[in-house]
Amino acid sequence: MNLDQLVHECGEWLKAGGPMSDVVISSRVRLARNLAGHRFLSKASPEERAEIERTLFDAIRSLEFGKNTFYVDVEQSDPIDRQFLVERHLISRQHAEGEGCRGVAISTGETMALMINEEDHLRIQVLRRGLNLDDAWNQTTEVDAALEGVVEFAWHRQYGYLTACPTNVGTGLRVSVMLHLPALKLTNEIEKVLRAAKDMRLAIRGLYGEGTEALGDFFQVSNQVTLGAGEEEILNGFKSEVIPAMVHYEREARRQLRTQSPAALDDKVWRALGVLENARVISSEEALFLLSHLRMGILMERVKTIDLEAVSELLLGTQSAHLQKRLGRRLEGQERSVLRAEYIRKRLDQARPSNN
Amino acid sequence: MVCQQCKKHPATVHLTDLVKGEKRERHLCEHCAATEGISFKQHVSINEVLNSFLMTQAGVQELIKMRCPDCGMSFVEFRNQGLLGCPKDYDVFGEALAAVVQRAQEGATHHTGKRPGQTVKLDPRQQRRLELQRELRAAVEREDYERAADLRDRLAELDKA
Repeated sequence: MNLDQLVHECGEWLKAGGPMSDVVISSRVRLARNLAGHRFLSKASPEERAEIERTLFDAIRSLEFGKNTFYVDVEQSDPIDRQFLVERHLISRQHAEGEGCRGVAISTGETMALMINEEDHLRIQVLRRGLNLDDAWNQTTEVDAALEGVVEFAWHRQYGYLTACPTNVGTGLRVSVMLHLPALKLTNEIEKVLRAAKDMRLAIRGLYGEGTEALGDFFQVSNQVTLGAGEEEILNGFKSEVIPAMVHYEREARRQLRTQSPAALDDKVWRALGVLENARVISSEEALFLLSHLRMGILMERVKTIDLEAVSELLLGTQSAHLQKRLGRRLEGQERSVLRAEYIRKRLDQARPSNN
Repeated sequence: MVCQQCKKHPATVHLTDLVKGEKRERHLCEHCAATEGISFKQHVSINEVLNSFLMTQAGVQELIKMRCPDCGMSFVEFRNQGLLGCPKDYDVFGEALAAVVQRAQEGATHHTGKRPGQTVKLDPRQQRRLELQRELRAAVEREDYERAADLRDRLAELDKA
């Protein structure tokens, strides 16, 4: 398995479907861990960095789950490949733009990615489609425990798992759920959700996590506090309170659009489809914005001629690195936008049931 | 970059919107963004925590002198970059760090989660129970008693199993 083979696939967790998938795109669980007896990365020499990478790489390879992973040396990777991994949420932007030896072990099906030498020595990340934190967590804790059988993680009686930044200390657990909230945006009620999130001590960020803007109608919600609450408590808060509340707000907003302004709703959705089907030059931002409206239209059964799978594929495939990898060459500005428009037209054409 | 709205504070909220097909970028400060109902609370910035912390400390001189014998990290360096140098720093920086942690973690001071070697499994039945209870509340709220009765039965069944 290598990166080039991933281009023609859609990560398992990015496919359409899963619990509450009308609003919840994906669920992610992340644990931050550091090897005991080593410095954190800000004070590690290049030799120590390399040793950390080797130790963790060997540990992963020695375990059962590791046999179904492939390793990408991020330091040696081409910038497009790094960007490609960011677009697929397999590595963070920070990891892509970092320095020194580092990598990522990716499981087949892309449901798990273990980043080595990001901000901490190890970041275990597990992804699932829709709202499925249980499953994501169970795999995470199994992998964490398996690794603890072969390496020792830095641990402190008072603080728990030690991390380079005190904002991750304790459980090292960050739970993130990606939400698609187009109706709340259209009805100008998005602040309701943001306020609710704030009250619940959560962070809301853009599509690509830390330091990224909220792009289009996609929002990532995650916990801020990693210390003083058990893993179960953090996860349960999310799946039984936070996310259901937000899903409820979004569904209500969609219902309101359907009953109070169906013409305006249809106009948005069909204009989006019209542009996507006819544009000859399109930026990734515009594509994302329109695909968001189309996704909503399909889920609300306003558009029945396009399947959701096509939209999921396009959401990923229209992004710059994906487009360039698909075509197998570097593309600059205008040419990229032209080829993006072409790709969208073709894919939507295939998506029509009459062509199946 | 300065906020486009007030032209005074630094812009920390960056938005890309599409207005009639035209990409429009907006850069606002947190305050102006909030008054527009756009508010993106970032993760507690460690730098903010550190800044506010140091200003309230009387023993700044003491802090400046602290340095880890193992990795060489000084408290001042940590303050500037927000990242610690090695596990030992958590002890070397003692109470000063404890206060930083407490601020960053909304008052929490001790880990209460899993310990090395443990696994914490979530019980899928518990998850199902929570879902049913939530649906039940919603059904009662909209006075759909038929659905509520059905949900109550399913909850009872789940408890029996």
